[in-house]
Amino acid sequence: MKYLCLVYDDEKNLDAMSESELDGLVGECLAVDEELRKSGHVIASEALEPVHTATTVRVRNGKVSVTDGPFAETKEQLGGFFLIDARDLNDAIQVASRIPSARLGSVEVRPVWELRQQEPRARRW
Amino acid sequence: MTDDTAERVRERVDAVYRADSRRVLATLIRLLGDFDLAEEALHEAFTAAVERWPREGTPANPRAWLVSAGRFKAIDGLRRRARFDASMAELAARLDADPGNAAAWDDEGVEDDRLRLIFTCCHPALPPDAQVALTLREVCGLTTEEIARAFLTAAPTVAQRIVRAKAKIRDAHIPYQVPSRAELPDRLDTVLHVIYLVFNEGYSASSGASLTRPDLSGEAIRMGRLLVEWLPEPEAVGLLALMLLHESRRAARTSPAGELVLLADQDRSLWERDQIAEGSALVKRALSSRQIGPYTLQAAIAAVHAEAPDAAATDWAQIVGLYDVLARADPSPVVELNRAVAVAMRDSPLAGLVLVDAILARGDLAGYHLAHSARADLCRRLGRMAEARVAYERALGLTRQEPERRFLERRLSELRD
Repeated sequence: MKYLCLVYDDEKNLDAMSESELDGLVGECLAVDEELRKSGHVIASEALEPVHTATTVRVRNGKVSVTDGPFAETKEQLGGFFLIDARDLNDAIQVASRIPSARLGSVEVRPVWELRQQEPRARRW
Repeated sequence: MTDDTAERVRERVDAVYRADSRRVLATLIRLLGDFDLAEEALHEAFTAAVERWPREGTPANPRAWLVSAGRFKAIDGLRRRARFDASMAELAARLDADPGNAAAWDDEGVEDDRLRLIFTCCHPALPPDAQVALTLREVCGLTTEEIARAFLTAAPTVAQRIVRAKAKIRDAHIPYQVPSRAELPDRLDTVLHVIYLVFNEGYSASSGASLTRPDLSGEAIRMGRLLVEWLPEPEAVGLLALMLLHESRRAARTSPAGELVLLADQDRSLWERDQIAEGSALVKRALSSRQIGPYTLQAAIAAVHAEAPDAAATDWAQIVGLYDVLARADPSPVVELNRAVAVAMRDSPLAGLVLVDAILARGDLAGYHLAHSARADLCRRLGRMAEARVAYERALGLTRQEPERRFLERRLSELRD
């Protein structure tokens, strides 16, 4: 099954980090990402630019409206994602628990709703 | 390496996974001392098998190969993680230094590990719903989502139970072992209870659209067989017998339209003779021991039903006698209720009704739909239709199960005709 792990952090905490702390965190994220790719869990994963770079798009009555900033102001901001293939929800939770932000912020795990017909894929162990 | 061969190896690995993944997991948990670590290792071992078996050939003992690969991968992974978490290095070094009797991968050692896994998942320190969820996931290999569907629970709820149970096992240092002789009776009771719960949820789902979930019953019977094979305690034998004897009637319990069919009305030619023969033989075996417990007694009752060519020819006197013994061994209002129904069959509906009313008067089973439907049925047989209607209606108000609801509604409409 596919799950999306949404990685949330309080950007204020990240901003308060020293350069070496931040380097350490980035290194750890990359190492975890590599591990999870090796184990075949990761389908796609990316980090996101800070939330002040966000643009929110809506179409109302056929008219496009664009606002800057995120969809909703929250204490923790979406900072990245891992699209993973896991055996089940507990396997996905285990993967999510290895993402450094699980320790610093939080990781929301959402099962993917498969709307498109999927190619049959190899089952996960 | 042609694709064809890779495909065949993949199929072979799939077959090994289906047959042996739980055994490999059980051994990895012992070697690594942690459920999560062992699950990761299991996954990595099978991934390595898909990569390497096409090149290197399928090993002579795939199970031992997988255990060894899993253990190696786990230690390797811990070392890599040690860059960010120093405690991992310590753990890796400790696991590496202690092969944990890793060489003992003969069949007996492996089955011991499976028993360890069952006893740990059913540890009395874990809440009952966590015991069931953990057992189904770790011992039977069901996914969290499958367990959630089977119990009509949200997947995150089940996932949380499993996460908490694993944390409890880790934090409380619940040992990964088959209990000692002294502890065994109590601990075995919990295991048998979990297996029976799983069976019953599959045989008579407590709620939902369909009456039975055969996959759960099948898993329970598999666990029962494992216990009987490696820990043939009389009550384990009795439970397996009970499950097989109930299971033998599955096809007869529902009509083609999915409606509930009572024991008395079942087409007995649909009963599975092989399961009855196996179950009856197990009952004899359990009865020949000197400790006869509740599962064995219930199995003996089921065996008496199984032997009767039809409901009328059932040896009700023997069934009442067995319920008498059961009521002493494991007193409960439900046993009393069942005994009352058997008395009604042996003596008269009125004799049964007197007993049922006495139980209901105590208030013990006031919320139990089967007590009210039993009362309704006895009143109906006595021609006391107004009382029957009230009791069927009360039963209807208490059942959460669709086929049972329809059955009761049918009975009610028959009363009106």
